[in-house]
Amino acid sequence: MGTDDRVNDFAIKIATVNGTGSASANTLLMKSIFRSGIPVMGKNYFPSNIQGLPTWYEIRVSKDGYVARSGKVDIMVCMNAETYARDVREVAAGGYLIYDSTWPRPALLKRDDVTVIGVPLARMCNEHFKGVRTRILMKNICYAGVLAALLDLDLERIRELLAETYAKKPALVDSNMQAIQLGYDYAREHFSCPLPLRVARMDKTGDHIMIDGNTAAALGCVYAGATVAAWYPITPSTSLMDAFKSFADKLRIDPQTGKANFAFIQAEDELAAIGMVLGANWNGARSFTATSGPGVSLMGEFLGLGYYAELPAVLFDVQRVGPSTGMPTRTQQCDLLAAAYASHGDTKHVCLYPANPEECFYMAVQAFDLAERLQTPVLVLLDLDIGMNDWMCRDLKWDDSYQPDRGKVLGKEDLEKIDKFYRYLDKDEDGITYRTFPGVHPKGAYFTRGSGHTQLGTYTEDSAEYQLVLDRLLRKFATAKRHMPKPVIEGTGTAKAAIVSIGSCDGAVHEALDVLKGRGVQLDYMRIRAFPFGEEVEKFLADHEVLYVVEQNRDAQLRSLLTLESRVGKSKLRSLLHYSGLPVSSKFIVDGVLADLGEGRRAVAGVVS
Amino acid sequence: MTFIPKPKISHPSLPRNDLGLTRREYEGALSTLCAGCGHDSITAGIIEACWGISIRPENLVKLSGIGCSSKTTAYFVSGGHGFNSVHGRMPSIAMGANAANRELYYIGISGDGDSLSIGLGQFCHAIRRNVNMLYIIENNGVYGLTKGQFSASADIGTKAKKGEVNQQPPIDPVLLAMNLGAGFVARSFSGDKAQLVPLIQAGLKYPGFALIDVLSPCVTFNDHEGSTKSYAFTRENYEPVVEADFVPKQREITTEYPEGEATSVLLHDGSRVVLRKLAADYDPTDAHASYDYVQQHIAQGEYLTGLLHCRPTTATEFHALNRTPDQPLNQLPFSALNPGARQLEKLMARYR
Repeated sequence: MGTDDRVNDFAIKIATVNGTGSASANTLLMKSIFRSGIPVMGKNYFPSNIQGLPTWYEIRVSKDGYVARSGKVDIMVCMNAETYARDVREVAAGGYLIYDSTWPRPALLKRDDVTVIGVPLARMCNEHFKGVRTRILMKNICYAGVLAALLDLDLERIRELLAETYAKKPALVDSNMQAIQLGYDYAREHFSCPLPLRVARMDKTGDHIMIDGNTAAALGCVYAGATVAAWYPITPSTSLMDAFKSFADKLRIDPQTGKANFAFIQAEDELAAIGMVLGANWNGARSFTATSGPGVSLMGEFLGLGYYAELPAVLFDVQRVGPSTGMPTRTQQCDLLAAAYASHGDTKHVCLYPANPEECFYMAVQAFDLAERLQTPVLVLLDLDIGMNDWMCRDLKWDDSYQPDRGKVLGKEDLEKIDKFYRYLDKDEDGITYRTFPGVHPKGAYFTRGSGHTQLGTYTEDSAEYQLVLDRLLRKFATAKRHMPKPVIEGTGTAKAAIVSIGSCDGAVHEALDVLKGRGVQLDYMRIRAFPFGEEVEKFLADHEVLYVVEQNRDAQLRSLLTLESRVGKSKLRSLLHYSGLPVSSKFIVDGVLADLGEGRRAVAGVVS
Repeated sequence: MTFIPKPKISHPSLPRNDLGLTRREYEGALSTLCAGCGHDSITAGIIEACWGISIRPENLVKLSGIGCSSKTTAYFVSGGHGFNSVHGRMPSIAMGANAANRELYYIGISGDGDSLSIGLGQFCHAIRRNVNMLYIIENNGVYGLTKGQFSASADIGTKAKKGEVNQQPPIDPVLLAMNLGAGFVARSFSGDKAQLVPLIQAGLKYPGFALIDVLSPCVTFNDHEGSTKSYAFTRENYEPVVEADFVPKQREITTEYPEGEATSVLLHDGSRVVLRKLAADYDPTDAHASYDYVQQHIAQGEYLTGLLHCRPTTATEFHALNRTPDQPLNQLPFSALNPGARQLEKLMARYR
């Protein structure tokens, strides 16, 4: 590959120690690239720890706008002696390795095929800054300066970002800028700058933002009109609730009275959190919670009540690595089955699968509409990668003509007109019945229960009466299919083979499709966005002979759900499973597809080369 | 069939409340509990109390968990909105519902198993949050629906029907609630309707978390000799120390109280609870004094009844702390909740 090809197309990985302020340095780097109009991706691989454990940050600069990991590291910044050995091994041949040469470590850093760049970061910072903590923090800002010189980043842009970050503490702008300059000058003096891997201004980030999915989902909840938020802290979902609170504290305070047009309740556990959400929705307020796998397990019993008593609820499951406590700060798509079938008895739940922060925003709004339209809990499945990493996506837009879909609710006037109200009577024959709220009208009273009930809303142990309601719930689920977001289908439609995937795999799949195409393998692609699956999903599955199901868990949960809930034959579905806890890379998918095709199946895929 | 509707025919001469409704209109489905169950007496007390203070039936939210006691929400005020949820989790449903609409009356019916074992956490946290609701524990010391296992309120030394003696110390909901800062804590007996009805009325009107622990004997599994929660034992060992009268806003206090024996607590809507002390050395409005007094008597085997502690807690009520508007959250117009397209456009600058 010629050096020119590497402009705006490479990956940097930065290894640091948790709690040393490296996040600020990394964000600074990423945002300055973004503001230069160049598509960029930032992923944080952090420990379940506040201070002391190793942490990594990966920045991928991609002129083509790819948002996934490439699976390759071109520049490694080694700031953590503890992980030197593995970090050095990870650099691609022909790449660069930057380390703090205050303490030379020639033996550990021995790689003949990479360029080693030593910068005495600690020494320089000790000479220029006072105080242990400041020196540690500035050492990290200093490597950003080194990278700025090596990659040809615009220093003015960095100063501008620092000025915004420290708007209220101008002294910090100067000290940070001093650290940047130290690294920058040292690199310019000692190495040939810039490197062949460098950035050059583009114009591809206009009308785009860098935002994480938890923030975007929280903003969606504010815009959807959610008023009751109940939760129990759990990584990696906590920042969704924090973001909601912070938005609501600004956007939901009545300017006249200073009153809060929302209630924010930190519950005693996840059981209580979902209980509060069900109680609030039952009483006519849009209410939601956010949690992760362990929380979904705890919420199981209540989700069953929500399904059977037909209560709206919105639950964001920001998936993390399982089983059990698993690896709380690593990503997976391992709750697909647990979410779809949460709770005992015959239950199933409406699930939405956003692929990026932009979709988190819009799907959050859609989730409330669906929950109230269908009168059932809706689970929105993010994962840590979407939820906590900053993704480049299009500006979020709002249409002021939007009105929430509250579903079939009988108000005062409606109740006035009718003779008698029955909560579970299927008047419209679509499986969805009418509901009322307490305090509205004497005729609206009914009894909500998780025990056996008749279509008139009374308690029953009568088999026929019980089955009538249970069968109607199945009809409601069939109706739900028509309301679900449709899958995103791409490709020529003529390929015999296709990729089927879900959620955050999307970026890696897109890049893999391009790479495969470059190698003569043309595949179609369907990204599933909701459960239950609609006719579009069925048709796509039927139209292809080989389907590579790409997902991030060990047990092929999406494949299982497809075989259980669609007509597709099991043998057509071939799994590509990534479950290391790191986001899936495009390379993983390319390699997987090629390996499979290599086994003599090229003809099936309709591939000539 | 375990649901039996009651015929709704009422005699024209039946007395009517301020809303023009008779007691019959506050009844519910026929109880399916055992004949003589204490819970049915409590149900009757609730009907009397709600009728007496003219609560609009549709404004009453009746919440419960699982167990004999939790079934009773179907047996009173059929014009109210009932919610029979899952075991031990009623308080969280109540919290959510109350957050959505602060204007309604919330009555939670629970049992000693539902509140003191499986639901102990939610019970405690509902108190901490000072949810505006009346929480009644129909306390009989046993699990009825699963046939007579001890509950967490069973006293040391009490004997099960089959002879087993309980060795573990009980959890007393009254002491627990006082310890957690509840502002309205009462104990009563299902057989004492005269005491119970005003307590329920005061608890419904109290603007915060109100607890009434009602000893309610289980005639089938815990009414034998050797049980400390039988009718006979209760009549012998439960001692009223403070009587509460509920006085609605419109009415003057007409009863004559002897000097120094009565004290009253003003509620937010202008109604008041008048406490008549039957023991001279006892101040039911002081949290610490109430706790000590009740605890000392339990140590002597005496169970005091009545409104054992009452003080205003309006400032710490959930909505007060949350600064929610007077208008219920579920009735705010969408325009007050949605910041609009221009605001979103402005927000985007933060993410560039």
